[in-house]
Amino acid sequence: MVGQIFDILKGDSQADRVVPKRGHSVRLTLFTSGAMAFLAVFALAMSLAAGRLADRWSDALARSSTIRISAPAGEMEAQTWAVLEVLEQTPGVESARAMTDAEQRDLLEPWFGPDLPLEDLPIPRLVEVIETAAGYDGEGLRQRLAAEAPGAILDDHTRWRRPLVRAAGRLRALGFVSIGLILASTAAMITLAAGAALAANVKVIRVLRLVGARDTYIARAFVRRFSIRALTGAAVGTAFGTIAIAALPRAQEEGAFLTGLGFSGFEWAMPLVIPILAAVTAFWATRAAALRTLRRLQ
Amino acid sequence: MRHDGLSLLDWGCVVIELKQAAYGYGGGALLEGMDLQLTQGSFYFLTGPSGAGKTTLLRLCYADLLPTGGSVEIFGKKSTDMTRDGVAAARQRMGVVHQDCEFLDHLPLEENIALPLTVAGRGMAAGNGDLAELMGWVGLTARKNALPPELSGGERQRAALARAVITDPDVIIADEPTGNIDWEMSQRLLQLLVELNRMGKTILVATHDLSLIRAAKSQISARVLRIAGGQLQSAGSEL
Repeated sequence: MVGQIFDILKGDSQADRVVPKRGHSVRLTLFTSGAMAFLAVFALAMSLAAGRLADRWSDALARSSTIRISAPAGEMEAQTWAVLEVLEQTPGVESARAMTDAEQRDLLEPWFGPDLPLEDLPIPRLVEVIETAAGYDGEGLRQRLAAEAPGAILDDHTRWRRPLVRAAGRLRALGFVSIGLILASTAAMITLAAGAALAANVKVIRVLRLVGARDTYIARAFVRRFSIRALTGAAVGTAFGTIAIAALPRAQEEGAFLTGLGFSGFEWAMPLVIPILAAVTAFWATRAAALRTLRRLQ
Repeated sequence: MRHDGLSLLDWGCVVIELKQAAYGYGGGALLEGMDLQLTQGSFYFLTGPSGAGKTTLLRLCYADLLPTGGSVEIFGKKSTDMTRDGVAAARQRMGVVHQDCEFLDHLPLEENIALPLTVAGRGMAAGNGDLAELMGWVGLTARKNALPPELSGGERQRAALARAVITDPDVIIADEPTGNIDWEMSQRLLQLLVELNRMGKTILVATHDLSLIRAAKSQISARVLRIAGGQLQSAGSEL
């Protein structure tokens, strides 16, 4: 196949000329490939962004957990110390610390405003736990906490982290499925355009056959033309798509998903694959359509 | 065009053979029980009234149509058993002049005449000298850059004949090659066919032009076949 693609790119200037260049299929192929490549860039960006999000949530939350202590005001400090002591003795816990009132106020500020009288409210004390790479035995820790600090509840984030990571993973898969569908649509459109071009050139085919042209020779003339059009259209579409992605507004680290849509680092090179995929798709779609049509045409 | 007179085939061997070949459509038979052997180096004229099946018989000979009965063997292979590539390979050894002289309208005449070379992978450069000579011979040098729609009927027929012989084929099949050209040009075309025949090429020409047949018979030994009522007869003695 590499040899065939090389031959196609190299071309044969005389053989190329046997098929007329005019026809609406030229514009149709260029436009379709360009539009599909533009969409494919967005699908790729969405997929990669979803992947990054899934990794970030996974990494950031996988090694951290929280212990919430709900106890009467008089017992709060004792239970907090008990929890910290248990954590200190628990294998797999790298560090643990009780959050200060100021930190807790900062966490609640977005919901309750800046003047929250934390000391007057029965706010639970939060203890932040960082695991080692090996992690700790969650069930064992829960049982020890129940014995030593009855008001402490371990929240290892798995309850809400898993669905989020799963959702992000599915979003990533959806992006790749979209790219697959875009390629399939491109193939379908190019098949139609190639079929139309062949139907419009029945006389050319008749003349070529009269002088001894094999089906593969006739097909090659169409295949090369459509592959190059698809490559050109997709290159333009990819360029516009990439520029559009680069022009999207940026946000801080904690920005929303949409503002994180884009590429980072080597990912900027990944859209370069799209025109190549478009050309390969056009190659196979046109070849199949041409050989099928030539078999049908007597 | 090669002028060494060499051929891939031995002189006198059968290049195209019809054995009880029949062709019909819609339940009716246009041709039936056709027996014919075209030997290498022979010259045949095919005559008969319009609609008798001359063009159909020629199309059977270059596998553009397949017989509905009997068989047609081209270079020793039954046309019904040939693959599509096999038909293409056989056509590369033939030069066909169609009655309607179809060309690729977007290509200049010179490239159209060289098309069999391009298709055979030999490229125009391979036949450049022959191409210029051939175009001069058929009187189309000045029209080499013209597009086919700009040509007259006579110019198209001359160009079609030039295209048919550019690859030095073993067999030349021509359907009414002098239908649209004047006497002088038809004589020149006949001379080309006679010269090719002397070089060992098999020629099969369907024509209404009896003067052309007489002119040919005065120079070479040409067989005349008449097709009528779906049957093929020898008509040599009548001319």
